[in-house]
Amino acid sequence: MTDLVLAALFVMMIMTALAAIRLTDLFAVVIMFSIYSLLAASMFVVMDAVDVALTEAAVDAGIATILMLATLVLTDRWERPSARLRMVPLAVVCLTGAVLLYGTLDMPIFGDASSPANTHLATYYLTESPGEVGLPNVVTSVLASYRAYDTLGEVAVIFTAGVGVLALLGAARSGRGGAAPMRDNPVPRVIAKIMIPLIILFALYVQLHGDFGPGGGFQAGVIFAAAIILYAIVFGVDAAAQVIPPAGLKVMMTGGVLLFAGTGFVTMALGGAFLDYDVLVRDPLAGQHLGIVLVELGIGITVAAVVISVFLAFAGRRRAR
Amino acid sequence: MSILEVVSGVLMLAGALFVLTGSVGLLRLPDALTQVHAVGITDTLGVGLIILGLAIRAGPTLLALKLLLILAILVLTTPTTSHAIARAVSRYRSRPWKDGQGRAP
Amino acid sequence: MILGIVAGALLAGMGMALIRALRGPGAFERVLAASSFNIKTLLFITVIGFVAGSPVDYVDISIMYAVISFISMVAVLRCIEHGGFTGDRDKEP
Repeated sequence: MTDLVLAALFVMMIMTALAAIRLTDLFAVVIMFSIYSLLAASMFVVMDAVDVALTEAAVDAGIATILMLATLVLTDRWERPSARLRMVPLAVVCLTGAVLLYGTLDMPIFGDASSPANTHLATYYLTESPGEVGLPNVVTSVLASYRAYDTLGEVAVIFTAGVGVLALLGAARSGRGGAAPMRDNPVPRVIAKIMIPLIILFALYVQLHGDFGPGGGFQAGVIFAAAIILYAIVFGVDAAAQVIPPAGLKVMMTGGVLLFAGTGFVTMALGGAFLDYDVLVRDPLAGQHLGIVLVELGIGITVAAVVISVFLAFAGRRRAR
Repeated sequence: MSILEVVSGVLMLAGALFVLTGSVGLLRLPDALTQVHAVGITDTLGVGLIILGLAIRAGPTLLALKLLLILAILVLTTPTTSHAIARAVSRYRSRPWKDGQGRAP
Repeated sequence: MILGIVAGALLAGMGMALIRALRGPGAFERVLAASSFNIKTLLFITVIGFVAGSPVDYVDISIMYAVISFISMVAVLRCIEHGGFTGDRDKEP
């Protein structure tokens, strides 16, 4: 039954991917990408990986679509047809794909209980996590406690990406945006005014509920950024840059990473290892919980600030005339 | 089967019927403005009925509250999207589809 | 069993919306089909959650899908209609 649903979703993914290749209207291609990523997120849900599905849907179907649109504004809408079929890139792509497929033949069957990862590491996490970390959501306990150093690396990568984009494009310059875009279109304005506070509240819920259900810092940061981007779309980039000034965004970007790494330094100062949350308070489980909350907060702040900065940097640009 | 299960089943089947007819309309109607008629209404209604059926099945728990929250969000946003699409089409396209022009390919 | 019928109907609806998104000759047909596809997909996920027995996790995803779908469709319409986010080019892109 699950295989049937997965097969149907996969067929739809292939159709969408082929359409994205064949279409020449780039707006339609962007819509195809959004549908593709939503189908991928659905496949993750059917395979019972809800945290990954939440992140994939939020990032790809939401933010990546909007960023691709912001880029598309600066270029042509219609793809220029290429003259001839290029054999060398086609051969390289086919060869790489064939090698990758050959590599997957060695992997264990999906969900195999006797694979090395499931017998040693997954069993350890599933049996020891209630005693050592005490969170119902094992994904969050693995992400924020057992492998917290990896997650610090991920946050640093996101921060570096934000810094790179800002260095290349420059922060959004306020005062050049012109009139508010949807001034004569009252329906989206009213609905956006109702929805934006609720979306921010939902982002806060996802941030703090990550211990018990799907959620966490990454998803919450992206949802918060989506709320601000909705404000920018409906009321103008200038209005959004006034609500959250780019200087404040820079402080938030660095503040999140500092919060994460700072928690590690505090644990070292209190006598434990780097990012060993047991030593934060007297009770180890409460210490783990406090450490995870602080760390996820740092992740959420950095992700939100980076996404909003990147969007404002892209959307504030004009096409060269 | 209890009365609640029967009610929930009827609601969900009705919702599924609406969704299906709306999708057939989306596929066969020729122009974006006509498709908005089919999809904008039946998506909101059919999805609302399915969610009500699921909420009855879930019982008086937090889950039912979350499902009703989804219903509220969809009731707010689906008509807004339909309105925005219809407005954009009516402003952007100078020649709307007229009867007898043949269907969209 | 009823859930299975509903899931099947939603899957058929998703397929039809996808075909319209692939065929529809203009951008607006595709936007409408994509919006409809998003709504049917998020409902499909919720029904699958009920079928699988633990719907509590999947409902959060559905709430987020609804919000993200709305935001991205509004963004696409803004870009097609106004030609940008900054609002100084209210003409064809």
